[in-house]
Amino acid sequence: MSTDSWSPYILTFVTFAPLVGALLLVFFPRRDRDVRIFALVFSLLTFLLSLHLPVHFHRPQAGFQYEIDRQWISTPNIHYHMAMDGISLWLVVLTTFLTPLCVLISWKSVHDRVKEFFILLLIMETALIGVFTSLDLFLFYFFWEATLIPMALLIGVFGHERKVYAAVKFFMYTMIASVFMLAAILWLYAHTGSFDFVVIRDQIARGAVPNFPAAAQWLFLGFFLAFAVKVPLFPFHTWLPDAHVEAPTAGSVLLAGVLLKMGTYGMLRFNLGLFPEQARQNAPWIVTLALIGIIYGALVAMVQPNMKKLVAYSSVSHLGFCTLGIFALVVNGLMLWLTSSLSEALGLDFHVSGFWAAFWGALVVSIVSTLLSMLVADSSRRELPSL
Amino acid sequence: MTSNLNLWLIPSLPLAGAAINGFFGKKSSRTAVTTVGLVFPGAAFAWALVVALRFSSLDLPYQEYVAHWIRSGSFSADFALYLDQLSLVMLLVVTGVGFLIHIYSVGYMWDDPSYYRFFAYLNLFMFFMLTLILANNYLLMFIGWEGVGLASYLLIGFWFAKDSAASAGKKAFIVNRIGDFGFLIGLFLLIQHFGSLNFTQVFAQVQPMTAETGSAGLLTAIGILLMVGACGKSAQIPLYVWLPDAMEGPTPVSALIHAATMVTAGVYMVSRSHVIFDRAPMALMVVAVIGTLTALFAATIGIAQTDIKKVLAYSTVSQLGYMFMACGVGAFSAGIFHLMTHAFFKGLLFLAAGSVIHAVGGEQDMRKMGGLRSYIPWTFLTMGIATLAIAGIPPFAGFWSKDEILWQAYSSDHGSWVFWLIGVITAFLTSFYMFRLLFMTFFGDYRESQVDAHGHAHATHGHDERGHGEPHESPMIMLVPLMILAVLSIVGGLVGIGNRFENFLAPVFGSGQVAETAGEVASRGTELLLMGISVTVAILGFLLAYILYISKPYLPQKIADALNGFYTAVLNKYYVDELYAKLFVKPLVDGSTSILWQGVDRKVIDDTVNNTADAARHVSDEVRHMQSGNLRSYAGWIAAGSAVVIAYMIWMGVR
Repeated sequence: MSTDSWSPYILTFVTFAPLVGALLLVFFPRRDRDVRIFALVFSLLTFLLSLHLPVHFHRPQAGFQYEIDRQWISTPNIHYHMAMDGISLWLVVLTTFLTPLCVLISWKSVHDRVKEFFILLLIMETALIGVFTSLDLFLFYFFWEATLIPMALLIGVFGHERKVYAAVKFFMYTMIASVFMLAAILWLYAHTGSFDFVVIRDQIARGAVPNFPAAAQWLFLGFFLAFAVKVPLFPFHTWLPDAHVEAPTAGSVLLAGVLLKMGTYGMLRFNLGLFPEQARQNAPWIVTLALIGIIYGALVAMVQPNMKKLVAYSSVSHLGFCTLGIFALVVNGLMLWLTSSLSEALGLDFHVSGFWAAFWGALVVSIVSTLLSMLVADSSRRELPSL
Repeated sequence: MTSNLNLWLIPSLPLAGAAINGFFGKKSSRTAVTTVGLVFPGAAFAWALVVALRFSSLDLPYQEYVAHWIRSGSFSADFALYLDQLSLVMLLVVTGVGFLIHIYSVGYMWDDPSYYRFFAYLNLFMFFMLTLILANNYLLMFIGWEGVGLASYLLIGFWFAKDSAASAGKKAFIVNRIGDFGFLIGLFLLIQHFGSLNFTQVFAQVQPMTAETGSAGLLTAIGILLMVGACGKSAQIPLYVWLPDAMEGPTPVSALIHAATMVTAGVYMVSRSHVIFDRAPMALMVVAVIGTLTALFAATIGIAQTDIKKVLAYSTVSQLGYMFMACGVGAFSAGIFHLMTHAFFKGLLFLAAGSVIHAVGGEQDMRKMGGLRSYIPWTFLTMGIATLAIAGIPPFAGFWSKDEILWQAYSSDHGSWVFWLIGVITAFLTSFYMFRLLFMTFFGDYRESQVDAHGHAHATHGHDERGHGEPHESPMIMLVPLMILAVLSIVGGLVGIGNRFENFLAPVFGSGQVAETAGEVASRGTELLLMGISVTVAILGFLLAYILYISKPYLPQKIADALNGFYTAVLNKYYVDELYAKLFVKPLVDGSTSILWQGVDRKVIDDTVNNTADAARHVSDEVRHMQSGNLRSYAGWIAAGSAVVIAYMIWMGVR
């Protein structure tokens, strides 16, 4: 057990620190320069705060840590339940690491509505961290959809020529897919009386959920569709090139770096965590789609004249690898998912942001991702769902 | 356990140099960049020498654990180093020749505005190359393998503002990736069947397996896949096309990466995997055939090239073919021997060619040279030595190693007189095109201004504007490496006398091929006869070049005219690039653009998405009209709705 006294509250602090920053930003600084510095300070503080997580993370211990579980709403039975295991640990740190970089990238490139831009960025960070830390399905869904709003606004307001089209497409596409997940979540609540991930998982595993065998495939697909669009898995990927091209650079960074990983994280946590049997049955066609996406994305990326579209299609290709890793249903595959998610995130971001020279970028990425994979290898080994 | 060698220092030192120059080089002075750029690889060389001195007291193979890397499921791979006789030879060649070329680069690149960048890349290359040869598992080796590919890409495209350089870099990278694909699948097979990529663990499991004679099995598959990787990195048929284009890089790069070290990585990798190949005769056969064909094929292209570096590039491809021929007949130590001597004389040839290019102000077309021996005598002398060495004239280095290969090709269990014959023909061609190069460059009159008088010259635009006067000798800092390499090209082959080199490597490759005990004496006569033949053809090549380019210089044009079609084909490198472009590049690019991107992505998927959205909007638009604000129409809808419900209830009730 992590024994430090901060332990139950640290996730809350990390998750909501950027939001507090955003709220303060609404009132406090007026000049653009102060806004930038303020945003940088807050995102850096969040990053430093988040470093508490890997440092105090208790590696030999399987299961969730830093857990906090409080009643939020009594009817329906919704909890404020947050916790973290080896899988979400690095995604959270990745998010907090990238946000200060996004602030720096946007330092000079954003001139209009500077304050709004950084407020959105910080809100975005809170929503992203929330996705990776919440264990209550309702809370998860709340954060999941909450990422849409700042992102759509970042694209729609601060984007380029076809920004409105891209923003609406991004918003509608992922939102419609998420509705199926909502339906699945509601079904689960109706039959288990709980939104709690752990409770539901255990009930399913015990076979204590009425009518579950009949509904399982649909539930699996409901979750899967939401995640597949977010990943994006071929053929649900066409929102991504538009969003990437139109988004401001910081938006692209968070998009490629973190937002897409929400999809694969969801697959791992919920599709595999809740429905291991269905995951096994559905693996063949999912793996097929992933394989198609890998090659298809690479081929299309190869002929793109637009750099950001190239990055977008290469994301389709790389995330195909991640999906493949998850649905290969072996421990090594999951490792592949995690390490390639991280290194891809870093790699792409250095491409997108272009403020590293290509060579040093590549070097740094390879070193960083190697180091990460060493750490990750240790911490996640015991956290993977048993298959 | 023997004492700790701190082997990790050897790759780390150049990495430190690369980091320092890369991060701070831009703002530091040339002297500082030079110091850093030379001291770190120099220290690596020094440490390699220390290792060599302490080598005899080691328990071999010596392994050194550096850091924990991947532990996933049952698979693990660490940053760990491996040293045996084979890696020691590679280590000395890479650090030694590498260091000399670093010194040379100081003179060659001094005026370049991106001087620091050059040294950062070059040091980075050293780091990856040393990782490659010191790795104790295939995965770490693959990191080095990819890393040298990256460094090669960066250095070929060093003058990236030039279109041809940028695309040559891309071509090299992509073609190499095709080879890597085979390499990777070979590695996957290794993991699947042996659960490890660690050399010791894999080979320990392969050792007891029986040879796959007659039928192809797992080891054959792995061997061939590894060879695919080697074909990419070491520029063998069919993946050799990137190497000639790679000459767009600065000449020291051509010498270091594309002649002496990186391109030999494939030979090293195949030799390292000899345990696998030994048990897969069919894979060995593939290696031998590819090597032999490449040797001949590239040599024929080499005889018609007019760019001094292109001649050397095709020559490199051809010589690498010899090395694979050796590996393919099971004579790995002969291959490594040739790898070493080739590093000396080919490195020297490239450096000397760089000195020539430097002397004539950037010109690379041999038709515009000639008579340079009086202007740049030192370059001439050293290049002459290297030419004698590569042509196989005794007692120069190339003679010993090439002769060893030809002998093994003839006499080894896996050999055949066919390999030998093609090898000899190639030796003749090699001697011919190398002396042709020497004569065109250094003999006759300096033709700089007369080139347009010759009908067959390109329509070049007079002189470039670099405004050089007389050809001038290079500075000392460039000449000293030339001289050292020249000495090595003379004496480097002597280590092979009396099978000493083979015996040194015998613990690695096993005693199989060295055991020529009984047959040894009987075949001594044959060996001498074959040696005589290969020396004869080398001299014949020299004579032919002499006749064609010195005594009767009008002949080549006549021969070219007589062999019109064939000559054009050779001149155009058999149109292989064009063929690849038609067969692979164009279909892939066009297919991806018009079918996948514009077709599937835009027309099918995206239009479906957008049409669904439009349809939803249209339906909503229509439905909106129901809500007109007109009370009577609402009443009508209510009545209609009630009617439907009542009808439904009645229907249900009736049933």
